[in-house]
Amino acid sequence: MEIRLNGRVREVTEGITIRRLLDELGLHPMRVAVQRNLDIIKRDRYEEVVLQPGDTVEILTIMAGG
Amino acid sequence: MRDSATLKFGGKEFHSRLILGTGKYPDYPTMQKALEASGTEIVTVAVRRVNLDRKQESLLDYIDLKRYTLLPNTAGCYTAEEACKYARLAREVGMSEMVKLEVIGDQRTLFPDNEGLLNATRTLVKEGFIVLPYVNDDPVMSKKLEDAGAAAVMPLGAPIGSGLGIRNPYNIRIILEMVQVPVIVDAGVGTASDASIAMELGCDGVLMNTAIAGAKDPVMMADAMRKAVEAGRQAYLAGRIPKKLYASASTMMEGMIE
Repeated sequence: MEIRLNGRVREVTEGITIRRLLDELGLHPMRVAVQRNLDIIKRDRYEEVVLQPGDTVEILTIMAGG
Repeated sequence: MRDSATLKFGGKEFHSRLILGTGKYPDYPTMQKALEASGTEIVTVAVRRVNLDRKQESLLDYIDLKRYTLLPNTAGCYTAEEACKYARLAREVGMSEMVKLEVIGDQRTLFPDNEGLLNATRTLVKEGFIVLPYVNDDPVMSKKLEDAGAAAVMPLGAPIGSGLGIRNPYNIRIILEMVQVPVIVDAGVGTASDASIAMELGCDGVLMNTAIAGAKDPVMMADAMRKAVEAGRQAYLAGRIPKKLYASASTMMEGMIE
């Protein structure tokens, strides 16, 4: 199914959880924040939240800044 | 007189009065060495999309979280809503309740949008954040931000990255008299004397990024800034002589031969 991830269209497995997506991307759950359709998803829900077709997902992390 | 031995805000205590940004360094190892040379205990960071295209070095690999407290910023936000969103995302990454709140009003000067800044401060304070707003050198706004619950106020010395130093020391002095919370000059520092001047005025701290990251030798500049902040603080506490229009001899006339 298709979702929108960090501004781009991406093909992912049906029924994928946020946790699985992070694993596939090689991202550590402790170092990111995840927003799905304008809602911030708390870390303790990464395993239970299942992405739907057309979801807009943003995965953010700490970067350099002043 | 602001004579606390440590920098205190949001229930936390710090010995270094120099806060450093992590942006614009030539590379992460240089940044790491500069942070160390500066003696800082607080570093600002940003919250941005993970780069999914290629494996990037992670900033966090170069910041020892046992040593430094992260202060996420809301850089690039032009509305209160956007700034609040980024503050919440930063808190969610799990690193900090503190936020350097920026609500920018103009792209060229990067001066704050006061209305948005005040609204965002109120909202985030209610949500339990420790809010450190970046503000103009405006005593009225600074007082409003304090009243809104800001844990400190951070007036600019000059535009971000401009290196112009403390352009309005008189306003900074007024802010120091008008608010009780710590006053941390944030933005505009160019070289060591600028940092000293801020501390001599009585400021509780100085935040800088470009002055160090953009210097020819960032690590050396970081060390200079550490000394400058310490020297300025010490000079403030030591109590300077007044400025006089006319001379006052340092040597007695008594005992001179005919």
